[in-house]
Amino acid sequence: MADGSSNELLEAPLVIEYPFMRTTGPVIGAFLTGLRDGRVLGITGADGRIVCPPVEYDPMTGAALTEMVEVGTEGVVTSWSWVTTVREGQPLQRPHALALIQLDGADTSMMHVVDAGTSDAMSTGMRVAIRWADEREGLISDIAAFVPAGAQ
Amino acid sequence: MPPYDNDRVVVELTNPGWSQPEIHIPAGGGDGEPVQRIRVPAALRYRYNPGTAPTEFLLALANKKLVGGVCPETGDVYVPPRGVSPVVGRPTSGTVEIGPNGTVTTFCVVHIGFGVNAPPTPFVSALILPDGAAVSLYGTILEIPIEQVRTGMRLEPVWVDDDELTTSFENIKYWRPLDEPDVDPDLLKGHM
Repeated sequence: MADGSSNELLEAPLVIEYPFMRTTGPVIGAFLTGLRDGRVLGITGADGRIVCPPVEYDPMTGAALTEMVEVGTEGVVTSWSWVTTVREGQPLQRPHALALIQLDGADTSMMHVVDAGTSDAMSTGMRVAIRWADEREGLISDIAAFVPAGAQ
Repeated sequence: MPPYDNDRVVVELTNPGWSQPEIHIPAGGGDGEPVQRIRVPAALRYRYNPGTAPTEFLLALANKKLVGGVCPETGDVYVPPRGVSPVVGRPTSGTVEIGPNGTVTTFCVVHIGFGVNAPPTPFVSALILPDGAAVSLYGTILEIPIEQVRTGMRLEPVWVDDDELTTSFENIKYWRPLDEPDVDPDLLKGHM
């Protein structure tokens, strides 16, 4: 008989990981290429509004969109919430804001993080600017964070 | 093992069935290659608790032993033990040591290996019935040409070095042939 008297209960980390590689398509690819080049691209919607981040098809009509335009690297916070407890894998490993940011020249907002230090520094309508990653490789993380304008 | 080829061509589409218009990109970008693909790994991170019966199995493995749970009605030994007999649905009546030698109940030749511990392909992955058990365990068979592997073949486990033993099924590196007569495959029916 084996020893069945042990009270020890085992526990181990179990990581289920998928190394996904996805194709970007021409529009998202151009957006990511732009980030690598240090600029932000949007796309002109069927009604002339600038959608940023760009989409391949018009959100209202479904028409294929083709006219990409460069928007600013600064913008306005249109909504935000403060992340007090930071989790592994989040873009910043310290408390930060998750915010919707409407870049200058764009008519829609993109979600990203604002490295504002404390929630007191956050407000709807505040101006923020991109802090680029030290090394850019064509990913959304090429924008390391947004920071209050003038602080980057 | 060689790295898995993420860029391999799976199928050539003669007619993609869809198309996208040319995109106009404003001048002023860099002159690098446009981004066409990105790696977006996703991970689910758990703390896994195997429960009492599998814990016993894993602790036994650390001592180079295999144990199974005994069905309270049939006496069959199930491995790995789950604490409950899968046939009668009642708690097992105890844990007994089985094997560690065993018999091939079925096998296949693997040509596409994956995982960090996969041996070079082709290799044989098999279901192996430990002596005294009613069901088989998965294992890799090495030290024999793959065309000589057969149902009924006798095997012994090859363990990792003693200083590498942990509470893991990976303590068994692989299985290799024993110089013993084959078991009649008819006796292995129902034990896969």
